[in-house]
Amino acid sequence: MFSLDLSFYNWELFTSYILKGLLFSVQLTIIATVGGIVFGTALALMRLSGRSALVYLATFYVNTMRSIPLVMVILWFFLLIPMLIGRPIGADLSATITFIAFEAAFFSEIVRAGIQSVPRGQGFAAEALGMTYGQNMRFIILPQAFRNMIPVFMTQTIILFQDTSLVYAIGAYDLLKGFEIAGKNYGRPIETYILAAFTYFIICFSLSKIVRKIQSKVAIIR
Amino acid sequence: MIKLRNVSKWYGSFQVLNDCSTSINKGEVVVICGPSGSGKSTLIKTMNALEPFQQGEIVVNGISLHNPKTNLPQLRSRVGMVFQHFELFPHLSVTENLTLAQMKVLGRSVEEAKVHGLKYLERVGLLAQKGKFPGQLSGGQQQRVAIARALSMDPIVMLFDEPTSALDPEMVGEVLDVMVKLANEGMTMCCVTHEMGFARKVGHRVIFMDHGRIIEDCNKTEFFDNPDKRSPRAQEFLSKILAH
Repeated sequence: MFSLDLSFYNWELFTSYILKGLLFSVQLTIIATVGGIVFGTALALMRLSGRSALVYLATFYVNTMRSIPLVMVILWFFLLIPMLIGRPIGADLSATITFIAFEAAFFSEIVRAGIQSVPRGQGFAAEALGMTYGQNMRFIILPQAFRNMIPVFMTQTIILFQDTSLVYAIGAYDLLKGFEIAGKNYGRPIETYILAAFTYFIICFSLSKIVRKIQSKVAIIR
Repeated sequence: MIKLRNVSKWYGSFQVLNDCSTSINKGEVVVICGPSGSGKSTLIKTMNALEPFQQGEIVVNGISLHNPKTNLPQLRSRVGMVFQHFELFPHLSVTENLTLAQMKVLGRSVEEAKVHGLKYLERVGLLAQKGKFPGQLSGGQQQRVAIARALSMDPIVMLFDEPTSALDPEMVGEVLDVMVKLANEGMTMCCVTHEMGFARKVGHRVIFMDHGRIIEDCNKTEFFDNPDKRSPRAQEFLSKILAH
C-alpha cells in the first residue's frame, strides 16, 4: 500500500499554481461557449437556408471539424495560424481560436436540431401574419429553439471544460497543467493528480446538477 | 378579392392541385369541403402564398402571387389565417401573441397594438385570459385567441384551415359561434371545414374538391338542396357526411 502525504494541501498551493490554470480553463470555456453558440447558430442557419453554396460550405466545415480529434485540431491550428498570418502566436490565443472554431461545429448541430424541433406550424403562423424570414427566426423560431436547447448547451459546456485540458499539447497553462507543475514542485505527483481529479469532478458534477434543475424550469409548455 | 386561375401544384411527381379555378368575392363566405387528401388545405394555403404553386395565376386584392417582384410578407399581413392546430406562440403570453405581429409587421406602437389586440380578444370573449400563456388555455380558447390574433392585423379576408378539426366536440361550438359572428359582420371568409352546419348557416358558396380538382363550385342552396343535380362524387360525399 502506498502512503499518501496530503499535508501540502494548503491555500498557497492553490494561489501559486492552481488559480492561474483555473482562471485560464474557465475563461477558455466561457469564450468558447459564447463564440461557439454565435458561430454555431450562423452555421446552422446556413445549413437550413436552402441556398446550396451556403449549405455545402457549412456542411463541409461542420463535418470536417467533427471528424478530427480535438487534440489534433489544437496542434494544427497552433502550427497553421502563424504560417497564415506570418508571425508567431501564443499558445493561449491559439487555444482560444481553436476552441471557438471547433465548438462552433458541435454547437451548430445542436442549434440545427433545436430549430428543427420547433413545429413547422409555428413558422407558417409567423409567415401568415406577414413576418419576414428574419423576424420569424428572431421572434418565433430561435427563442423556442434556444429554450429547448439550454440543457444540451450546458452539457456541451461541461464537456468543453473537460476538453480544455487538451491544451497541454501546445503547452498552455490550464487547470491540469497547474496541478502537474504543482505536483512536480512539491514532489508529490500522485497526490496532486488525485486533487486534480477531485476538482474536475466537483466542478462538472455541480454543473450537471444545475442542468437537471434548469431542465424542468425552462421547458416550453405547448 | 381572390381569384385563382388554372392553379396546379406538384410535390415532386405527385400532383396535389389540378387546374383549380375559382374566385372569392368581397363579403362572401366560401366553404371548401371534400375528403382527406383532396388538396383543400393546400389550396387555401396557396391563397396567401404559404404554399408555392408551379402553374396558374392567383391574384389577391389586385396583387398577383406569381409575380416574383411581389412583396409576399406585406401581402400576407393583409390576409388573416387560422390553422387547425391553432399555432399560438407558446413562449409568449396571449397579449404578446396579439401584439407581436402588429408591432413588427404593421409598425404600431406597443400601446396601440395592445388596445387593438385586446379589443378583438374581448370580441372573442376571452379578455380575462390576456395575461395567460397558450399552454394554460383549452383548445377552444386557444383557437379563439388565434382568431383574435389574425383579426388584430385588420385583414381584408380571413382564411380558415379546418379550424375545428382538432377540437374536442364540446369546444367546436364556441369557435363556430365566433366565426358565425364574423361572417354576419360582413368579413370575407374562406373556410376549409367539415362542419356543414356552419356552411348552411352563413356560407354563400360551397366548393367541393376531390383528388386535387374542384368538382363543385356553386352556391349553398344549390349544393345542399339540389343534391341530385350534383356530380356523383359530391352526392356520395354529401350522403355520407349528412348522415350523422
